[in-house]
Amino acid sequence: MKNEFKIITNLLPIQSRVLDVGCGDGTLIEALIKQKNIDARGIELKESKVKQCISKGLSVIQGNAETELSQFPDKAFDFVILSQTLQAFYQPENVLDELLRVGKKVIISIPNFGYWRVRTSLLFLGKMPVTKSLPDFWYNTPNLHMCSIKDFYQLCDKKKIKIDKIIGINNEKISSINRINLEMKNLLSEVGIFLIS
Amino acid sequence: MNYKIENIKQIIVTKPLKLDCGQTIKNFPIAYETYGELNEEKNNAILIFHALSGDQFVTGINPVTNKDGWWNAAVGSGKAVDTEKYFIICANVLGGCMGSFGPKNLNDADNEPYGLKFPVITIRDMIRAQESLLEHFNIKKLLSVLGGSMGGMQLLQFCALYPDKTFSAVPIASTASHNAQQIALNELARQAIMSDPIWNKGNYYKDKKIPKNGLAVARMAAHITYMSDKGLQERFGRKLQEKKDYEFTFDADFQIESYLRHQGNVFVDRFDANSYLYISRAMDYFDLSKQFKNGLVEAFQNHKTKFLIISFSSDWLYPTKNSKDIVIALNASGANVAFAEIKTDKGHDSFLVNEPEFLETLKGFLDSNFEIFKNEK
Repeated sequence: MKNEFKIITNLLPIQSRVLDVGCGDGTLIEALIKQKNIDARGIELKESKVKQCISKGLSVIQGNAETELSQFPDKAFDFVILSQTLQAFYQPENVLDELLRVGKKVIISIPNFGYWRVRTSLLFLGKMPVTKSLPDFWYNTPNLHMCSIKDFYQLCDKKKIKIDKIIGINNEKISSINRINLEMKNLLSEVGIFLIS
Repeated sequence: MNYKIENIKQIIVTKPLKLDCGQTIKNFPIAYETYGELNEEKNNAILIFHALSGDQFVTGINPVTNKDGWWNAAVGSGKAVDTEKYFIICANVLGGCMGSFGPKNLNDADNEPYGLKFPVITIRDMIRAQESLLEHFNIKKLLSVLGGSMGGMQLLQFCALYPDKTFSAVPIASTASHNAQQIALNELARQAIMSDPIWNKGNYYKDKKIPKNGLAVARMAAHITYMSDKGLQERFGRKLQEKKDYEFTFDADFQIESYLRHQGNVFVDRFDANSYLYISRAMDYFDLSKQFKNGLVEAFQNHKTKFLIISFSSDWLYPTKNSKDIVIALNASGANVAFAEIKTDKGHDSFLVNEPEFLETLKGFLDSNFEIFKNEK
């Protein structure tokens, strides 16, 4: 299981109610159920991935999170997880609002556009960056709204969203991010994980 | 349609059953069939609900029609619903014509077939009538309930009435409430039957005649709704039936005409016209949300049942929207729900034919939930 999922698993208390938005083949949901006895559900767009999830006995519904989170009541889940998908929505801000409505707390991870490799690619090569966490080219990437850790931090500020925790990932190394080390970590982290409410 | 009674298994329901229409029935037969073996722990039982024109003969050879069971594609040894692993029960619905209490049964009062004196029944009546089967087999909790189309309606009704009697549930290409178009299509079928002079207000049993023409037209109309535009076009297009050119008559020039006529003709041999009226009426009356003050959400409140809702992209009779409404209600009530829309051109009939994506999803769900259910205390 990838590092990011291990960090998310650690953040969650046992037996909580969790919704994994864009859950893919259900790897994270499965881990949450097994390791922490969490009541974990998922929503996923791709039919083939949904089938994989259902075959594992996971409660995953096929649907588009952009339009279909409205079916869940307010605060239906203790935590809602969105792993590296926010940038792929047409209206990320609306999705963010919906996540915060459906979940008491939200865990969002973002591929950091402020990462130094991304910056140097643009600066020295003059090309849109292709990295481990951003593997697609500009013409076939699903990502529509790229942002940096600092961008998302400022969005939370602006929307008066409470940031409980930020964790940065650089290769296998993880570190805690706060207002003071934000500039530095924005340069050094490949992925940022936000716990917000 | 006349069957040898030795081919039919029946229980007699002795408990009086108060029907939704107000009448009470008792000591009535419910016919059923089983496949596979019930294990010692009694945790491998699956109850299947059949659709409008189905019966209890799910798989293998139907001993009455000598044709394949209606769900041979999904149920059988090594199939998605594996009879080597699971114990399958299916009952003929109340109002049916394959051994369960229905309009062609004799009325004790005058020793004549009931015909239209048979009480109008509902999906809820069907479910209450079938419940005795679980007692009969001494099964406390089923592994799963499965049903497509009207079978899915029965399934939702079953889950709403008996939330603790099944671990999981798979309504397929179904709805929680019959809508205007679905009622309209059933009314079309009923009018076709009732406008056949032989139907004679339901009194046709005595002369051993059946309202063949009316019932066949009803079946033809229904059959069109089970297929998709694209599926029909690919299979039949404008192909002619064993001829080179138009004959300039009203015989079946086109293959699609010939096909529908054939479907109509074979149906009248196995299905009772009055049963068709009664069962289609029950579907029209079905609106699960009406049974609860706060609507559909309340129907599943605090349920532990694990649901898998399945719809088919080209099904226009019970479209994905109907299934999604069930998913939304289940999510709103906090129930445990999975949902998949299968992409296919095979229309409403997709659940009855070999549709690999569907069958694999169903198998994966059942097998993984069997493991979870076995380990549950």
